[in-house]
Amino acid sequence: MFLAQRRLCSLGSRAKSLKTICSSKILGFATSANMAFKFKNAKRIEGLDSNVWIEFTKLAADPSVVNLGQGLPDISPPTYVKEELSKAALTDHLNQYTRGFGHPSLVKALSCLYEKFYQKQIDPNKEILVTVGAYGSLFNAIQGLIDPGDEVIIMVPFYDCYEPMVRMARATPVFIPLRSKPTSGTKWSSSDWTFERQELESKFSSKTKAIILNTPHNPMGKVYTKEELQVIADLCIKHDTLCISDEVYEWLVYTGNKHLKIATFPGMWERTITIGSAGKTFSVTGWKLGWTIGPNHLIKHLQTVQQNTVYTCATPLQEALAQAFWIDIKRVDDPECYFNSLPKELEVKRDRMVHLLESVGLRPIVPDGGYFIIADVSSLDADLSDMKSDEPYDYKFVKWMTKNKKLSAIPVSAFCDTESKSQFEKFVRFCFIKKDSTLDAAAEIIRAWNSQKS
Amino acid sequence: MLRRAAAISVHLVGPFWGRKAGASLTRCLHQTLTMAKQLPARRLDGIDHNPWVEFIKLSNEYDVVNLGQGFPDFSPPDFAVKAFQQATSGDFMLNQYTMAFGYPPLTKLLASFFGKLLGQELDPFKNVLVTVGAYGALFTAFQALVDKGDEVIIIEPAFDCYEPMTLMAGGRPVFVSLKPNPAPKGQLDTSSDWQLDPTELASKFTSRTKALVLNTPNNPLGKVFSKAELELVAGLCQQHDTVCIADEVYQWLVYDGHQHVSIASLPGMWGRTLTIGSAGKSFSATGWKVGWVLGPDNIMKHLRTVHQNSVFHCPTQAQAAVAQCFEQEQQHFGQPSSYFLQFPQAMQLNRDHMIHSLQSVGLKPLTPQGSYFLIVDISDFKSTMPSLPGAVDEPYDRRFAKWMIKNKVGSSTGCILVKVSIFFSRPHQKDFDHYLRFCFVKDEATLQAMDERLQKWKAELQP
Repeated sequence: MFLAQRRLCSLGSRAKSLKTICSSKILGFATSANMAFKFKNAKRIEGLDSNVWIEFTKLAADPSVVNLGQGLPDISPPTYVKEELSKAALTDHLNQYTRGFGHPSLVKALSCLYEKFYQKQIDPNKEILVTVGAYGSLFNAIQGLIDPGDEVIIMVPFYDCYEPMVRMARATPVFIPLRSKPTSGTKWSSSDWTFERQELESKFSSKTKAIILNTPHNPMGKVYTKEELQVIADLCIKHDTLCISDEVYEWLVYTGNKHLKIATFPGMWERTITIGSAGKTFSVTGWKLGWTIGPNHLIKHLQTVQQNTVYTCATPLQEALAQAFWIDIKRVDDPECYFNSLPKELEVKRDRMVHLLESVGLRPIVPDGGYFIIADVSSLDADLSDMKSDEPYDYKFVKWMTKNKKLSAIPVSAFCDTESKSQFEKFVRFCFIKKDSTLDAAAEIIRAWNSQKS
Repeated sequence: MLRRAAAISVHLVGPFWGRKAGASLTRCLHQTLTMAKQLPARRLDGIDHNPWVEFIKLSNEYDVVNLGQGFPDFSPPDFAVKAFQQATSGDFMLNQYTMAFGYPPLTKLLASFFGKLLGQELDPFKNVLVTVGAYGALFTAFQALVDKGDEVIIIEPAFDCYEPMTLMAGGRPVFVSLKPNPAPKGQLDTSSDWQLDPTELASKFTSRTKALVLNTPNNPLGKVFSKAELELVAGLCQQHDTVCIADEVYQWLVYDGHQHVSIASLPGMWGRTLTIGSAGKSFSATGWKVGWVLGPDNIMKHLRTVHQNSVFHCPTQAQAAVAQCFEQEQQHFGQPSSYFLQFPQAMQLNRDHMIHSLQSVGLKPLTPQGSYFLIVDISDFKSTMPSLPGAVDEPYDRRFAKWMIKNKVGSSTGCILVKVSIFFSRPHQKDFDHYLRFCFVKDEATLQAMDERLQKWKAELQP
């Protein structure tokens, strides 16, 4: 993601150099309408202008391309969820502002649902905040709690917004890569990837304000184990650090795995912010509703950010979400509950993707959770000589694959910091929360590819 | 302030606890332990207080006639309701992400609709950004442009979020007041009587001035800046190379034949103006939280960077509904059937009704040229109503507002209003503690309920 900036950086990404360039541009313009100097961006967004999604969504927008890139379901949300939104659209008072920190019926539903999982009472007004997607929760948390000069530990690969959000807060991201245990012959699983305990410990310093945890993990699908979470918790407590836990895929966990909330570990409730997503829970990414749960002494700061950024989220969507939650809260242990039925449905698709990728000689990393799967594509030996030479291998591969094979994916090095890109640049991420016909089309492309090779 | 003691006790406690989550003693102790490190982030210094929190709490505590907060208590127009219904029951893919900078049919319509009004060829991608309400647009603009130490000129009275947003971006708010001039003899006081002193305004610009926030029609006064006033502001912005952040959410709500003029349409201003609009205020659907910014690409690109690192996308279906609303309006624009004509016509009647009612009980409303609001001067009552609730040293407007909330007549409840002092910077609040803001974008029934109470209180309000 930052290779685009590298080119800018070669001119000197320091504000001073850019100022010089801008000033010299001014001398060339006579009219007052072209004042470039003061219209320069604020320092907080320096170098944060490029974005992998903007770039790759454009590429995949061609309707003839089978899109396994962006994490967007092309399956329908469940009927009752759509119905609740239709109902909300007919309810007059829902067309006006609601409570800024979260629509009352929604925060009540979230409180009721999560009390079961946290095994404690959660105050709907003081310990919950509804945000513009989980993305908004991440933003509120980082803006509310992280200061310039603070360090924030991020495990690589990472959902790409963590780094720019930390930088926008003028803080320093400190990276630690997930590393694979040696495996041979057997299936490669996301559980084979973990952090080295001593390496993680070494990343903590007196400046460490927070660690960002993402479980289940995007893009790898890793579901952190109790032991791994305990190590992280111990370090957070030892170093008096916050934990921002991105758990948007919390329901999407496959057989043999269990999602655990680090906030429920001893000593962790008071220092953990846990983030969830309506988009990922109910397959409604376009509703852009998320939430944060945590102790009031942390949530209140995210609420302050909220009242100075968007103030409130859309009312009818929040009401519909609340009603959808009430339906599933009543049957949370039943197989028909969407929190149980969706992972079952996706496990089948996951297994299909694994089989498909293996059939072309790729070695995918079988995810324990989430709706992505990554695979090392270098064995396909694609001829990428036409592609731009200064981009990482996976960027070139995805662009080549989109153009020549009409199949899109996302390069995993987009989820890496500059130093770690080379470790992951042979990997490409595929999204499998797609209808069968989409996966069929992908299968056809991959089979044809395979037969071309032989 | 680092609480070292807390840090030490956390360190000692940690290893003693077993790994069993859920032990009740563990939970009990955890509740009392807090982090020793600096919290919150310093960018939140001084901006944690919000006047609406107290206001909303009061309006929920008491079953009052709500003339305070700026939202309609009637339905959006039929075509808007239909548009939202269609957006939420149509193509199921509208339940998924759309383009980050705006749902394409919406940005296309905004570009063509406002391009005509502003006299510019607008590109839907380069010149338009859809945001989470106009509130989100304002935040995005401040974050994109304001650096530590930059100055932002705010014309008071101002919508209360401009100051904290400036502070959160590390900027320094510089205030300049609109001041009431007495109306010509025999004429009613109107919002046009509140004016800027040109010399004073000019003196506020320095080499550090990054932006000026212009809100027209103005909340809370209802002032619609005239072309001449805008030219004054425009001239200074150009002279001092300043960006103008133009908050025009009430642009359709202008009365008595006044014209809303967008400062971006003045010569030399398109290249340095960000024009902010609101679907909530345009279509009486504040709960949809859809807003937009229009501006030149070289500035908008910075807003796009902030947007992609803060919310990234806005909800799809609400945008689809707004797109349909604009499509409808585009067909009827300029004709009697246009909502942007019918709505202000209806609100002018509400405004006049409210003004009449207030005057009939001896209150002094300021006739607004535009917006949702009017303000009422309550200074006359300082001497006649000494027995207001609250402490003696509490600001007058706060005590008067409390009286209006709590003053029941029989079983009827009171009215809730907003103190105009919240729209002034702290140092100036005491000079403007004798005004209350009324919202007249309310149902007929609400206005009648207000009439009832005013009439019943007439006796108490008279000397």
